Amino acid sequence: MIRNIALSAAATVTLVVTGVSAFATETTVHIEDVTFPYEGPFGTFDRNQLQRGLQVYTEVCSACHGLKFVPIRTLADEGGPQLPEDQVRAYAAGLSVNDEASNPKLIDPATGSARALIPSDNFPANYTTGAPDLSLMAKARAGFHGPYGLGLSQLFRGMGGPEYIHAILTGYTGEEKEEAGSVFYENHAFSTGWIKMPPPLSDDQVTYADGTAATVDQMSMDVSAFLMWTAEPHMMERKETGFKAVFFLIIFASLLYLTNKRIWAKVKGKKIS
Amino acid sequence: MAGIPHDHYEPKSSGEKWLHKRLPIVELIYNTIMIPTPKNLNYMWIWGVILTFCLALQIITGIVLVMHYTPHIDLAFASVEHIMRNVNGGYMIRYLHANGASLFFMAIYLHIFRGLYYGSYKTPREVTWIIGMLIYLAIMGTAFMGYVLPWGQMSFWGATVITGLFGAIPGIGPDIQTWLLGGPAVDNATLNRFFSLHYLLPFVIAGLVALHIWALHTTGNSNPTGVEVRRGSKQEAARDTLPFWPYYIIKDLFALAVILAIFFAVVSFMPNYLGHPDNYIEANPLATPAHIVPEWYFLPFYAILRAFTADVLIVQITQFITFGIIDAKFFGVLAMFGAIAVMVLAPWLDTSAVRSGRYRPMFKWWFALLAIDFIVLMWVGSQTPTPFTAWVSLIASYYWFAYFLIILPLLGVIEKPLPIPVTIEEDFNAHYSPPQGGTKTTAAE
Repeated sequence: MIRNIALSAAATVTLVVTGVSAFATETTVHIEDVTFPYEGPFGTFDRNQLQRGLQVYTEVCSACHGLKFVPIRTLADEGGPQLPEDQVRAYAAGLSVNDEASNPKLIDPATGSARALIPSDNFPANYTTGAPDLSLMAKARAGFHGPYGLGLSQLFRGMGGPEYIHAILTGYTGEEKEEAGSVFYENHAFSTGWIKMPPPLSDDQVTYADGTAATVDQMSMDVSAFLMWTAEPHMMERKETGFKAVFFLIIFASLLYLTNKRIWAKVKGKKIS
Repeated sequence: MAGIPHDHYEPKSSGEKWLHKRLPIVELIYNTIMIPTPKNLNYMWIWGVILTFCLALQIITGIVLVMHYTPHIDLAFASVEHIMRNVNGGYMIRYLHANGASLFFMAIYLHIFRGLYYGSYKTPREVTWIIGMLIYLAIMGTAFMGYVLPWGQMSFWGATVITGLFGAIPGIGPDIQTWLLGGPAVDNATLNRFFSLHYLLPFVIAGLVALHIWALHTTGNSNPTGVEVRRGSKQEAARDTLPFWPYYIIKDLFALAVILAIFFAVVSFMPNYLGHPDNYIEANPLATPAHIVPEWYFLPFYAILRAFTADVLIVQITQFITFGIIDAKFFGVLAMFGAIAVMVLAPWLDTSAVRSGRYRPMFKWWFALLAIDFIVLMWVGSQTPTPFTAWVSLIASYYWFAYFLIILPLLGVIEKPLPIPVTIEEDFNAHYSPPQGGTKTTAAE
């Protein structure tokens, strides 16, 4: 009976879906599904890509966007950009605080202005232009939806946060308009079609130390991957834990299955069909 | 514990005898785990043990999370990020807790629908059923308040919408809402009381679970045939039952291990799949998210809440005959709570003399439709309202009420049930050949 119910439930879902397709209007924008090396249960962060992404963030994004939840020291952590300790110290010291009002912890009480940063500090917050903090951006946006609110797309392709960031960075058409004193730039990936952020990237805007060609697409990929790491710094560790847990539980379940079968064999014979 | 006759605990060693005279706790444990259990239970009877595990998991992970969490509107969001980044294993504990809520609800829905199909709620198990419904309500309250604690956008706006429901009560509503929130809007006072209650309620639930199990052990388990265990003598009972240990404990542990393998795969490989991206944006009272959607486990009742809009005829009639006291908003709130209330009343609404749905040819189809209805409601609750979803949610809501208020009472009168086995043993032997490798042993060996 339960099987019948499951089947009829599946049938209904199909019916509803086909029924809805006649009514549904596509309101969400299309986000291109680009492939990142960390996707899927087996995927891992590409250290070089994260380092390139850090460079793009530092040289481009950080002018307007903060990264306030990310401790600078975690740049040295395993499963991240994994910079050597001395480079992390040098990087911290080189960071400038653009928005002193939003970073009371980074202000030297003696001088009243920002002190030099050290690895145990977080990246500075930055709200000078009203741009959102990027620490969690890769988890705070969903690129993929549906179909029809069933969540299947996200199940197979992931939530699509980094893909969304990539799509925004590469989605500019070059058109702009002025409205109520603000300039808006046309962007295919943005929900309203017009975004306040000027196109941030142009070819060869940064010079990669590893010689990778700095195309807009490449820089977008790199910074999206980097922001996935800032949003989920323990992703590698989490997946490893998952493998251990699932592996152990499958073995444990198999042993319990055999135990259960043996215990019941005394009281229960074969099923009569 | 009263009920099915079975062997009783005899203290053997002198230490046991000493303790037994003073506190018969070993006897209590013995009677609890050796309870005679119908030997024909299928895999829909695993959910009770799964749910007990869920409660323990949530309490343990929750206690650890509280060690690092700060209930203050300026610090809560950052303290959750602190847990995710700086606390050893904190990301795992938080993801276990967040996804643990989903596992909890999945198990409780399957547990409830098991009860609805096999008629577990029928006499003499009404009290077990009602306590179960109280547990369900307490879990919903706990989950709702827990979702507010990370202080993301969906936390804040979910809290605003749900507490707003109480504001729909005519006359005293706005006062009740202010009292619940601790102020005119969701703010620090709200966050603090939700934190306090979110910590308290699980222990209330644990107490209710103890009552639930006590009531269950007094009447004995129901079973897929719906036929009661024979209680004439110990030998008679032993032919229908097996002791809970080891037969069902090992079976339930096996089921738990399988479910946990899937659960850990979700937690480790797609921990945010069941969540909402907007909750990774810190709460902002000045920016309303485009779609305020509750977590998946509230969606069916959220759909019923939204189904009864001002242009629905029954709402307009109600508004007219109550002189406008019950408006569309309040009607929706009543419908949402009513949808749970009719479930609570199921023992008295179901007039059929036959307990198990297995022997009720017409009931089966109406029940299947109810299960589908629940899924449809869940889906429609997640959609942005369109004329089509308004129509679907209204029909689905009507069916939910019709099932309990019309179909269940009527079926008992018009349905002709199939023949029922006389005993559990008879049904068991009709489905399974005698065990191989020796003579059949009695259960109470």
